[in-house]
Amino acid sequence: MMGVLDALRRAIERLRSFFRKAPMDRDLDAEMAAHLVLAVEENLRRGLSPEEASRQALVRFGGVAQSQERHREARGLPALDLLLQDLRYTFRTLRRDRGFASVAVLILALGIGANIAVFSVVNTILLRPLPFRDPRQLVWMASDRGVGGLSAVTYTVAAYEEFLRHNRSFQNVTSYDPYFGDTDYKLTGRGEPQQVAGVAVAGDFLPTLGVQPALGRLFTPEECRKGGRPAVLLGHFFWQRQFSADPAIVGQAILLNDSPVTVVGVLPASFDFGSVFAPGLKTDIFVPGIMDVLRNEGNSLALLGRLKPGVTVAQAQAEVDVLMPQIRAAHKDWYDDYATAITELQDHVSGKLRRSLVVLWCAVGLILLIVCVNLSNLLLARAAARSKEFALRSALGAGRMRIARQLLTESLALASVGAMLGLGIAFAITWYLARQGSIALPLLSTVQVDGAALGWTLLIALAAAILFSLAPSLKVSGGNLQDALKDAGHGMSAGRKHESMRAMLVVSEVALACVLLVGAGLLLRSFLRVLDVDLGFQPSKAAAIKIDYNDGGNRERRGAILQEILRRVSAIPGIQAAGIVDMLPLDRNRSGGLQAKGRIYRKGEDPGAAFEYVVTPGYLRAMGMQIREGRDFSWQDTPASQPVVIVNQAAARSHWPGQDPLGRIALVNGMDTRVVGVISDVRESSVEEGSGLEMYLPGTQADPEGAELVVRSALPPEALASGVLRTLRAYNPEQPAAEFRPIQSIVDHAVSPRRFFVILVGIFAGLGLLLASLGIYGVISYSVTRQAQEIGIRMALGASTERVQLGVIARTMRLALAGLAAGTITSVIAARWIAALLFKTEPTDPAAFAATVLLLCAVAVIAGYIPARRAARIDPMVALRGD
Amino acid sequence: MPEKKLDLLQGTLDLMVLQTLAAMGSLHGYGIARRIEEASGDAVLLNQGTIYASLVRLQQRGWISAEWGTSDNNRKAKFYAITKRGRKKLTEDAAYWERLSGVMGRVLAMQGDGGNR
Repeated sequence: MMGVLDALRRAIERLRSFFRKAPMDRDLDAEMAAHLVLAVEENLRRGLSPEEASRQALVRFGGVAQSQERHREARGLPALDLLLQDLRYTFRTLRRDRGFASVAVLILALGIGANIAVFSVVNTILLRPLPFRDPRQLVWMASDRGVGGLSAVTYTVAAYEEFLRHNRSFQNVTSYDPYFGDTDYKLTGRGEPQQVAGVAVAGDFLPTLGVQPALGRLFTPEECRKGGRPAVLLGHFFWQRQFSADPAIVGQAILLNDSPVTVVGVLPASFDFGSVFAPGLKTDIFVPGIMDVLRNEGNSLALLGRLKPGVTVAQAQAEVDVLMPQIRAAHKDWYDDYATAITELQDHVSGKLRRSLVVLWCAVGLILLIVCVNLSNLLLARAAARSKEFALRSALGAGRMRIARQLLTESLALASVGAMLGLGIAFAITWYLARQGSIALPLLSTVQVDGAALGWTLLIALAAAILFSLAPSLKVSGGNLQDALKDAGHGMSAGRKHESMRAMLVVSEVALACVLLVGAGLLLRSFLRVLDVDLGFQPSKAAAIKIDYNDGGNRERRGAILQEILRRVSAIPGIQAAGIVDMLPLDRNRSGGLQAKGRIYRKGEDPGAAFEYVVTPGYLRAMGMQIREGRDFSWQDTPASQPVVIVNQAAARSHWPGQDPLGRIALVNGMDTRVVGVISDVRESSVEEGSGLEMYLPGTQADPEGAELVVRSALPPEALASGVLRTLRAYNPEQPAAEFRPIQSIVDHAVSPRRFFVILVGIFAGLGLLLASLGIYGVISYSVTRQAQEIGIRMALGASTERVQLGVIARTMRLALAGLAAGTITSVIAARWIAALLFKTEPTDPAAFAATVLLLCAVAVIAGYIPARRAARIDPMVALRGD
Repeated sequence: MPEKKLDLLQGTLDLMVLQTLAAMGSLHGYGIARRIEEASGDAVLLNQGTIYASLVRLQQRGWISAEWGTSDNNRKAKFYAITKRGRKKLTEDAAYWERLSGVMGRVLAMQGDGGNR
């Protein structure tokens, strides 16, 4: 105890002394002066001559400066003193060399900033646990082993309840209704009518995730029963936007779909349903999922389980593999066997992105490596220019360690300033990314530079500083004092050894940039191929708006309403085609039963459900879908006439192989239906995967799940929006103010993750290219400066300016080609590793490699040409006269 | 040739300073240095200047106190005095040194037959 107090007291005293350097030094000086006076007086008393008296006093005292130094060491913080001294020296030298300092800091800031930003993204999506209680226990359950559209991977209420009753692995299994369109709500009575996005969740959904309300409470069991009191929970952002964050809204009733619903609570800002379960989509409100209502709707629940403590995913999977067939055997009437795949929720959310994110992380790591090599190079050039300074310091008694330490301090100072600027850059980038709602990446809206990112910053700044000060330190501490003092600088081709080190660094820099460029090239080509995919519809010049009407569930009336809406909308000037659909491709989907009537399907032959779309006449034309055979629907297809269906080519091939399906009878959801048309395949669920089986039914003969009005027009959507909305309002005053969405934006949303990665990797590759060219320029330019005299002599001896120029450019190209050779070999290996991310592009794609080689060569020529011109302009007289 | 002077072991100077102040009362730096030289019979290699590092160290630990004053012959000088805690420390350290030197003496006086039995 005493010891601790003593140590503390001493530390405080040392710290005090550290800050009271000047007065303490003055005090000591006075004390030492008094000491000498006393000593001289005593010596005089002993009878020595005045000179001898003062000489002996000084000898007995020892070195005054050393005593001072010891005093300071004993009382203060010598290590800190040394560091401050180094830092002061560093800032002095860096201030003298502003150009170097700002270039170095800028390069570092870019490299470190990019790294922090990417780390923040990777950390948020991949590394950090999901923002729920005990997230490792949460698992995702997908029917049909997770293959197929929404209807394939979801469950009926009955299957959900049976599983809940019999399983032993789960604490709880909860669910929500993933058909968000079914639960789109209209908010009225507060300004203009509005469409709000809502999701129906089981009563125990939020408690199972561990989400606590920010205000009010969650749903009561009573509210989750059929006929219970209507209740709604508000999402945090919706609450802020729509209700100005007014806490008094809790307990009040709002009008949803024209009926009063009580707001029972507000969810916390940390809970963003969309960012986890439906990336890129916002969710405004939550309503109780009422099982007795959903019971008759087929596969309509997405399941989410919380495992019991200690139960692994594999154990749960094993149980499900046994349990599901048993449940199925007890329910012969079910049309699905619910073969379930269980994955950790985190994997479900971000598993598919893992490879992409790791690639991104590596790319940005390469950038940092290039930055380090570049700085190493700059520092080496500086070290060469400063060799005299170091030699002088070393002659004055500074040890090699001391000088290496000085260099490390300089590097750390540069890295710290760079890291601080880089943090600023990263803050800006993450701020921007978090507001890109249109990028379909999970959790992106929660990206920020957090504590982990700060730690990462510290780590990479430190690592970078050590890395890029390594080469110069070795060079300086390995150098020869006499050589340095003699090698006064602008001599002949002196210091070749030293230049070979720099050349090696440049070669590696070019190689690294080459890898980045090839990677970016391959990803870019894949992206272009994705954009080139024939979607089966024409997204440009088409736009969609959600519409609202009340048909009372009557098909006859619906037909009349839809026909009237389309008649009015088509009359708006500039509208070329218009139609209505319940679900847009690449947006939402559901499936229904489709079979060829009379065909006996052998085991494995039945492809199962088909994607089902309920449309009006004109929709196919408005979307730009192509009718291959037969006809579009017409208003003559009524509830009373024969049921008709249009299928896509994939469905035709699958159910009527080798036959013309036109005019044949299909079983659609169990009903005899005549095939009247075949259309080209439409990419309905993903741009990159092939089309599934699709069927289109007329809105007069089947019941739609919502309604989207699609119009085709040469006019931009903004120009149309007000006219269309006015027309819709004139017909139905209740029509909410919905967003007018260009169909292209839906496609963009679908390819947004790929675009995101391509843009980032592309930026990194550009940065790498820039840094590599800076590196080449630096080395060549420096060698021209050093060899000015030699070049001067050659020119005096008759070498032409062209020859001198060519010589410099040839040297540049040798460096670039060496780098390219190494880089190409590395790229071939790296490309194979990212093959899984490529789309219709070979990892050895000649175009990407050729473009990289050409680009790097071109940049090298430019980087070499500037110093070459300078070399050619050297005046032999001046060069020879120069020192 | 005179015998080589003794190098001071780490920490021994601090102990000497404490003992000097305990024995002689308040002294200035020069006075302490002279008393130590005298007491050691000039056998200790002491650059007088090094005493000041020791003094500031002891002062920071609170074992001695310091105050500017006037010497016998009317010179301004900084005078040091041992504190109560300093006396306690001196007692402890002196006992430790006694024991150590006793042990060292016994070890160094060890006689044997050089391993021959």
